Amino acid sequence: MKAPLAISDALAVTRALRRIGSVRAPTTLAPSVLRRAGLADTYWQIASPLGALYVAQGPAGISLVRRARAGGSSTFEREFRKRLGRPVYPAVRPAPAAVRRAVAGKSARELRFDLRGLTDFESAVLRKALEIPAGQVRPYGWIAKEIGRPEAVRAAGSALAKNPLPLLIPCHRVVRTDGRVGDYIFGSSAKRTLLKSEGAQPDALEKLGSSGVRFLGSESGRYFCLPTCGGFESLRRSNRVPFRSASQALAAGFLPCEDCRPAA
Amino acid sequence: MRRSDTPTRHISTRKKPDRSAFPGGRWLRLVEAGPAKSEEADLMRRPAIENLEHALAADLDGTFERLVLDYQDRLFGFAFRLCASREDAEEIAQDAFVRAYRALKGYPPERIRGLALRAWLYQIALNVARNRFRRKRHRFVSLETAGAIDSTKMDPADDPELRPDRRLEKRRERSDLATLVRALPERFRAPLVLRYVEGLPVEEVAAVLKQPVGTAKSNLHRGVNALRVSLSRSRSTRRPQEVNR
Repeated sequence: MKAPLAISDALAVTRALRRIGSVRAPTTLAPSVLRRAGLADTYWQIASPLGALYVAQGPAGISLVRRARAGGSSTFEREFRKRLGRPVYPAVRPAPAAVRRAVAGKSARELRFDLRGLTDFESAVLRKALEIPAGQVRPYGWIAKEIGRPEAVRAAGSALAKNPLPLLIPCHRVVRTDGRVGDYIFGSSAKRTLLKSEGAQPDALEKLGSSGVRFLGSESGRYFCLPTCGGFESLRRSNRVPFRSASQALAAGFLPCEDCRPAA
Repeated sequence: MRRSDTPTRHISTRKKPDRSAFPGGRWLRLVEAGPAKSEEADLMRRPAIENLEHALAADLDGTFERLVLDYQDRLFGFAFRLCASREDAEEIAQDAFVRAYRALKGYPPERIRGLALRAWLYQIALNVARNRFRRKRHRFVSLETAGAIDSTKMDPADDPELRPDRRLEKRRERSDLATLVRALPERFRAPLVLRYVEGLPVEEVAAVLKQPVGTAKSNLHRGVNALRVSLSRSRSTRRPQEVNR
């Protein structure tokens, strides 16, 4: 069979080349590039005591945690870009064990957190919340005092409400001075659920708080604590002396506990 | 997509085209399958950045994603025309972008503003591809021997060693021009793809290849001739029903 004559024409060759057509880059290209350049984060869906969460991580650490909802990945990706100014892409590989452990409620100590988008004050508040052990709670005012801004109780509250890494930074362990659990990014009842999953007893704490008790003293050691210092079991010990204020405890000759620094 | 008016195609009406294999009709036998004009659709969706070089100089991290989105089809397409597989092409494009980012990271703003971005990116992609070819020499060589450009070789179809199996044959039919381009020596392949597939002006092709414009022109000319020869050879060696399908 004779070849079409036109093929021998150089012009026809260049024409055919021009029509060879464009190809589209695979959708995996841009995410891989941006991730390798450190300009995009990765996220996983991980089970937690509150159900599945989206957990994003970048080169500087964990960057955003939100509740996963059916079909909610695009909402998450949009919120991520809006807050952090860079894209986030679903992970190809499973989450690191340390991340999964932390989300499940075990220690988050090994993790790094990317708090670059926050003010110094906000990040100081969140880092302070990290010091509260599981199974214990602290009042908002305690956070404010501990970071040297005792007057900024409300501001500390809103910094906690804006926590980009709920669960991993345990803002749920910060409660109202009167023992009520207070607000939470995922709602008050989620906060109770979470506290209970850590062994805390929000009901017992509320009951104590509503009776006016703010501190508990130890008769034998002559020191006084925030009610949940050392765990909630201290609420039930018989040798505890209730105080309505720090000054009352001090006047009775009790010294502030060095662990929970009740009158810091 | 069918263009029966084109002088490059000889269409027989004896046989019905197999549309399941070639969704776009007969014409697609010559052209690579894939959505055309995607670039324009993309540009319409995204607001254009007037001067990407300036934007990169001002805010590299904030603008680099834009560079990737704007150039990913070009760099991937270029790499895909140079090498054999989509996987390799993706890796080449990926490495090229990451290298570009690291380079930009170290450049002072004036240098970024003064870059001829498009040529510079193609240049990086070409370097990455060349390095890979060097590492995967066996693959590179096998492509050249499989092609029909070397006139001293005996016709591949007559050599049982080189005769492709039926599946490979089918796949090649769909993209034979692209395959013939890939079989060209690299000194012809890169300029041809840049000039005619990617549509760069000759001066920019020369810049990418770091050659004087005259050299680039001559390579283009010789490349077109080499391709013309291999194209007519590949047609004459094919069995008639395959040619006319």
